[in-house]
Amino acid sequence: MLDKKSLLRIYEQMLRMRLFELKATELFGQGLVTGSMHLYIGQEAIAATTGELLRITDTITSTHRGHGHCIAKGGKTNRMMAELLGRKTGYCSGKGGSMHLADFTMGNLGANGMVGGGLAISVGAAITNAVMKKNDSVTICFFGEGATNEGVFHESLNLASVWKLPVIFLCENNLYQVFTSVKESLSVEDVSVRATSYNMPGITCDGNDVFELYEVLGKAIERARKGEGPTLLEAKTYRWEGHYTGDGYAKGGYRSLEELEGWKTKDPITRLAKYMTENKMATSGLLDKIYADLKDEMEKAAQFAIESPWPDDEDLYKDVFYVREA
Amino acid sequence: MAVIRYSQAIRDAIAEEMRRDKDIFVMGEDVETMGGVFACTKGILEEFGHDRIRNTPISEAIIVGAGIGGALTGTKMLVEIQYVDFILHAMDQVINQAAKVRYMTGGKAQVPLVIRAQQGSGRGNGAQHSQNLEAIFCHMPGLKVVMPSNPYDAKGLLKTAIRDNNPVMFFEHKVLYNTTGEVPDGQYTIPFGKADIKREGKDVTIVATSWMVLKAMEAAKMLEEQGIDAEVIDPRTLVPLDKETIVNSVKKTGRAVIVHEAHRVCGIGAEIAFVISELAFDYLDAPVERVTSAQTPTPYSKKLEQLTVPSPERIVAAVKEVL
Repeated sequence: MLDKKSLLRIYEQMLRMRLFELKATELFGQGLVTGSMHLYIGQEAIAATTGELLRITDTITSTHRGHGHCIAKGGKTNRMMAELLGRKTGYCSGKGGSMHLADFTMGNLGANGMVGGGLAISVGAAITNAVMKKNDSVTICFFGEGATNEGVFHESLNLASVWKLPVIFLCENNLYQVFTSVKESLSVEDVSVRATSYNMPGITCDGNDVFELYEVLGKAIERARKGEGPTLLEAKTYRWEGHYTGDGYAKGGYRSLEELEGWKTKDPITRLAKYMTENKMATSGLLDKIYADLKDEMEKAAQFAIESPWPDDEDLYKDVFYVREA
Repeated sequence: MAVIRYSQAIRDAIAEEMRRDKDIFVMGEDVETMGGVFACTKGILEEFGHDRIRNTPISEAIIVGAGIGGALTGTKMLVEIQYVDFILHAMDQVINQAAKVRYMTGGKAQVPLVIRAQQGSGRGNGAQHSQNLEAIFCHMPGLKVVMPSNPYDAKGLLKTAIRDNNPVMFFEHKVLYNTTGEVPDGQYTIPFGKADIKREGKDVTIVATSWMVLKAMEAAKMLEEQGIDAEVIDPRTLVPLDKETIVNSVKKTGRAVIVHEAHRVCGIGAEIAFVISELAFDYLDAPVERVTSAQTPTPYSKKLEQLTVPSPERIVAAVKEVL
């Protein structure tokens, strides 16, 4: 049930994702984060609601836009920030960066730099759970609509369906693949209709609506736990900041400012805050306190990352192969 | 000791390991039905059931990719790619995912994944069913590369591969499946990175891989008749490579010929030749020679195919070049 406690947890997690990325953007601007950083701002409802529904024994595969997914699966923001800064204390000892955040102890099988990279991996995780261990754990496979045009999407959904594997294919359709609109790249308006080809349920929902997400995701997870097979869910959403940090074209270039402003009025965080205050589930004082605490958490995460040591020179050569300890 | 076929050795290794370890899962195209195109998994379904071995669709990316996902979550994944040529459908999975995930996660991930595939020409299968792709995988950090040339090695090395918690490319050879050899009755494994000296000799070192080991042994016999004493070395695993055995042999003979069936340019022969020049340059009495397939796709016509694959005669001629 989506009770007050759940809603507050989802709210806090969404805000944690948002503030983490705002802090990371600041550090990126200072040159402390390198490479590309793909922001999840605007899409937080999807990961936060998923996190609320999952057990620690469930697994996820994530994407290049994966900070939110990592937080949803229990990721600690200080270790995430340290990873973004390439430090030894990061989740991947500084060797992965933003696009490879992973924490196997929490069931996060990793973000991925390849579009569609998590699809096949999620199917494998489901084989371990359903065929080998015969437990009722499920795997949530996050991907964008762009990944549904990759060949591995087809192979993954086909096998998951043939073997009735417990995977929820969760497509975050944010309407653009890098700078190109879905209108130019997708043969269908709703990705969910592609489920028909794989003989599995396909559902489209509002990806900025926690309540709707909770309901459709909950059903898909339940179905998977019962051994009834995979589902393709499509959550329609929008990435405010464009493809990556500093994507100037996203604001008045390949996307109009009107479109962007329109989506900002559907901000999942503001929506949930409004719902909770209007329904007397939270006072504005409580929400202010959550905000202040999270701001403080991000300051501390940044401090932790900045003060953390760099990897050692010899770390360059470590971890290529697993070596059995004597 | 029993004399068995190479394909039987593969089958025995899989069955023995699956009895020993309940976490092993096998999948690939047609692996249940008839044990696959080369019958290497025949009988596995009957003994272990559908939850330990499964046929897959013709979907190489998901075969390898689900292998990675299974491996990351504790299953020992043994996947089969029917012809190595088909793995080109799955290169993102092999190179971007399997090879890198451990490093990218700072050593958190373990990937107990064996990718079995058979390669090579010799059966008139044409350009897309006859390739030797080992060098591509040797180039990528994070993959081990194994190329057994006989039943004994095939069994012992496959068992080691299955017990390894790293992705292993295990390349069998379609021509070798029907060859026979002695295999001990009891359990054994062969460590990676240990070359096998197939024949000792003092005049020249021939390093050969997979099917080419058989050709090199024939060449050595022909050379012997001409009073030339060749040493034949089978590296058995290319990653890790047993540089020591190769270099020690060259230090003794002063001459080296490398034989592989893969194309010449950037083949493993180039790497081995460099290892020799780096570590045994002062001992060399002649430039290192290579005998390889031509730098062309593999032709279908039997006549042309025989022309491209290194023959004992060509190996003998190369040896004479370095003498």
